[in-house]
Amino acid sequence: MHELSVCQALVQQLKDIAVREDAARITRVVVQIGPLSGVEAQLLRHAYPVASAGTVADTAELILESLPIRVRCESCGAESDASTNRLVCGVCGDYHTQMLSGDELLLAQVEFERADESGTVH
Amino acid sequence: MCDTCGCNITPGNRHLLQPNGRLEKTPDGREAITVLKGLLSENDRQAEHNRTHFDRHGVLAINLMSSPGSGKTALLEATIEALGNELRIAVVEGDLETENDAERIRAKGVPAIQIATGTACHLDAHMVHDALHQLDLDNIDILFIENVGNLVCPASFDLGHHRNVTLLSVTEGDDKPAKYPVMFRAADLMLISKTDLLAVLDDFDPAAAERHLRNLASRAPVLQVAARKQRAIDPWLDWLRMEVAAQRERVAHDETLRPAVQLDGQHLHVGAKLRPLHNFVRLP
Repeated sequence: MHELSVCQALVQQLKDIAVREDAARITRVVVQIGPLSGVEAQLLRHAYPVASAGTVADTAELILESLPIRVRCESCGAESDASTNRLVCGVCGDYHTQMLSGDELLLAQVEFERADESGTVH
Repeated sequence: MCDTCGCNITPGNRHLLQPNGRLEKTPDGREAITVLKGLLSENDRQAEHNRTHFDRHGVLAINLMSSPGSGKTALLEATIEALGNELRIAVVEGDLETENDAERIRAKGVPAIQIATGTACHLDAHMVHDALHQLDLDNIDILFIENVGNLVCPASFDLGHHRNVTLLSVTEGDDKPAKYPVMFRAADLMLISKTDLLAVLDDFDPAAAERHLRNLASRAPVLQVAARKQRAIDPWLDWLRMEVAAQRERVAHDETLRPAVQLDGQHLHVGAKLRPLHNFVRLP
């Protein structure tokens, strides 16, 4: 249920970007959520309309990308797929691995429209 | 992960980086900006600010996390009784409601600030910052932050602390690390608590709990504690003493330490010079 807090932080970033880039409307938002980010994508999606209501981003299309869990083994050097509760090397089984992807919680990309001098959004 | 050094760039999002800079036109004429910034970067910024406070005052800050009822407050009471004459301890307590835990800690003679989160399921860096202003950090060696009892949400929020300690009591299942991987992956130390009950709860296997933790690629040490009647907390006290010494050493060298879950991004920072801040503690 901390997804609402996370979503509010997302909307705050979108508002800041809109001011900085002089955007009239944010149209598309790409967020990357790894399976090990601790955030449930569907809950974030449900929280978005609530958190963004009345803001420059309230009609934006929210794209949630999930990245695969990949680890690199420190013992044998192999890179392999892993699952949320089994992050050991897929080749040699050693648990001395580093995560390559899968724990992201990132605002990746924002698409927006600017208003021209006449106030027309395009 | 952080937002300053480029370690947010992973094999999964490298394609978003535009060759002509971060601002691009989409095919239908709109503008798009590549951000690659942590969603919780505002919390992380506040957390770094808190960490600077701790380091400046030579405080070791430890975030205690677990399910409700796994014995966090009882462990703190026993720790204060054992170390109260040796180290200056203070506690920040997080609960949805009541001052009960802070009162238990104050009864042991150390300062305790209660954060009542209302409905929030976790502490965040801003709440902890507010609590810090009620404490005299110059007179504290260890600050324990007892997070809201919850194996899910607290794992996502950096508070500015140096170490995550996660308790798993023997009244729970030994497969909790497999069920709550985000939480247990974040642990710098896993404490198996209430081990005095193992005699009657023989379906909890400490070795199995450690196996589940290792499956998360965790190298965190695992220690056993019993804080109540048959008290046995010496290995935990030794770990704390070692951590306090390590923190003093870091402060003397103007270094700091982030909890374990921050590790991965550092490794991904291609070409980065890694500072030896994340050495795991090896217990004898």
